[in-house]
Amino acid sequence: MFRFLFDRDTWQEVFDSFNKNKLRSILTMVGVWWGILLLIGLLGSARGLENSFNRLFGNFATNSVFIWGQTTSKPFKGFQEGRQIRLSLTDAKKVEENVEGIEFLVPRNQNQATVIRNFLSGTAQISGDYPLLDKVQKKKLINGRFLNQADIDERKKVAVISEDTYKQLFEKDVNPIGEYIQINDINFKVIGMYEVGAINIGSSTEINIPFTTFQQIYNQGDQIGYMMITGKPEYDISQIEQDAKLLLKNLNNIHPDDKRGLASRNLGTDFARVTGFLTGMQFLTIFVGVATLIAGVFAIGNILLITVRERTKEIGVRRALGATPFEIKRQIVVEAVFLTLVAGLFGIISGGWILIGLDSAFGQGDDAVIVNASVSIIVVFAALTLLVILGTLIGLIPAFKATSIKPIEALREE
Amino acid sequence: MLQIKKLHKSYPIGNTSLHVLKGIDLSVEEGEMVAIMGSSGSGKSTLLNIIGMLDEADSGEYILDGLLIKNLTEKKAAVYRNKFLGFIFQSFNLINYKNALENVALPLYYQGLKRKERQELATFHLEKVGLANWAHHLPKELSGGQKQRVAIARALAANPKLLLADEPTGALDSTTSHEIMAFIQQLNDEGKTILMVTHEEDIANMCKRIVRLRDGVIIEDKKINQVRAEHYV
Repeated sequence: MFRFLFDRDTWQEVFDSFNKNKLRSILTMVGVWWGILLLIGLLGSARGLENSFNRLFGNFATNSVFIWGQTTSKPFKGFQEGRQIRLSLTDAKKVEENVEGIEFLVPRNQNQATVIRNFLSGTAQISGDYPLLDKVQKKKLINGRFLNQADIDERKKVAVISEDTYKQLFEKDVNPIGEYIQINDINFKVIGMYEVGAINIGSSTEINIPFTTFQQIYNQGDQIGYMMITGKPEYDISQIEQDAKLLLKNLNNIHPDDKRGLASRNLGTDFARVTGFLTGMQFLTIFVGVATLIAGVFAIGNILLITVRERTKEIGVRRALGATPFEIKRQIVVEAVFLTLVAGLFGIISGGWILIGLDSAFGQGDDAVIVNASVSIIVVFAALTLLVILGTLIGLIPAFKATSIKPIEALREE
Repeated sequence: MLQIKKLHKSYPIGNTSLHVLKGIDLSVEEGEMVAIMGSSGSGKSTLLNIIGMLDEADSGEYILDGLLIKNLTEKKAAVYRNKFLGFIFQSFNLINYKNALENVALPLYYQGLKRKERQELATFHLEKVGLANWAHHLPKELSGGQKQRVAIARALAANPKLLLADEPTGALDSTTSHEIMAFIQQLNDEGKTILMVTHEEDIANMCKRIVRLRDGVIIEDKKINQVRAEHYV
């Protein structure tokens, strides 16, 4: 059945008819080539964007939720509505102990303050933090180190500053490590400086000091500003959010249906929104690519139809010489598949080149827009298979047309 | 070799139909060289097409070499054409992007012969028509006479029982026509049965038998003394 594919004459025929209609064949192949090129190029770029988003969010645990207290909107257990809720370290401990699926729980305290160093001053967000923060919100340290347990235990007056804070308080090229800055008239020794990531919650001029030190200088007691919870990968962060909030409402005597008493922000759903957008884009890309592909294949069918029409007489002669209708059809289908396949392969190769070009233009460095733009080999094979199937189907139309004409009529054709 | 009985054929034209062949009886023996003559519209080409299995009769009987040709599928017709018949056309009908050798080898390809055998057989037949040196030329590089000789070589390549020629000299000047006829006569001398459609008296006189058609019936069927084409060359 398929022995004819290995027959030199089959291919001789294909090349002869290609050579005879060179310009037209090439023009048609451009259609399919363009379709595949678009498909690969767009899919690759979409993947590159997705990778770059993933990398941006990667520094920031994406399955995280922030919870903080606000004012209640419902009276409950004798408390009036409008009561200010402040969460506490005890709350945090209870949540960590009782809610399932928590990887990290980081309590934080934050405050705005004026910071002075010599004659320079600026406003910064002062955060009271545990060393654990570095796990959840990876700090890219340029100089020095992040807070450690000893800083917490000894309530040291040390500060880790962001790059933007550094720019406000230091002259250029001054090494900040070991220098002192004044926060609320108290001297803090700078022990580290970090770069602010592209995705950052809160202010970019931030100063992190030990949680215990913050407690002391602002007289916070047990209270915390908010807690940041990171879920284990196998757990649903929305479920953790619900469980934690229910527990916290219970602990703080908030009505279970009170929507305002506790506020939260779920990074997981934020992230899902972005990835959802990317998935949508990928779907659109596939749709556009496949549509272009089909258009290209139809162009091939069209050309073959014209070619067959022009070759009516030749086909008549061949049939007079003993070609069976099947042999004629087979030849035309082989031609169609061959044209689509070659055009498709060129499309895949040049699509690959485009991705390489995109990678070297936009994919280099840490803040690349497109990271590792690529298309999975499965997609490539699927596209090829689709091409072969479409090529066969589209080849059948002119093939049937060619053999539907009686040889006698074909021979009469001038 | 060939028996035709009460053959009828009509073509639909609009709502009416044109009765082209109105009961043809014809029988041809092996080794004969028959000219079918008639003015245009007499049905001579239709008859040739039916004999060539390119067209089918409405009614009547057609037996070729003891085989009843009736209700053939396209595939079977193709196989029979390939095995039994060689065609020579007025306009040569060579495939213009194939060289002489490839054109001659084409029926052998459809017979399923191996490439090497095809090449050998095609070369042999090209030599026979005296065009061995032109084997790798495309049809457009050949003269009319040469083209027709390639076409004859192609018709012979499959070693058919019957050669069918449709106005084989219609597109050629008289000198070349006589050359081609001399060659066809030579093939007949070697034993090939030849059936040719023509409307030229002098070409018909070079056959051994003339069948005249008018309005779809045979009005005359006579054996003649063959005029040898060599005399004119």
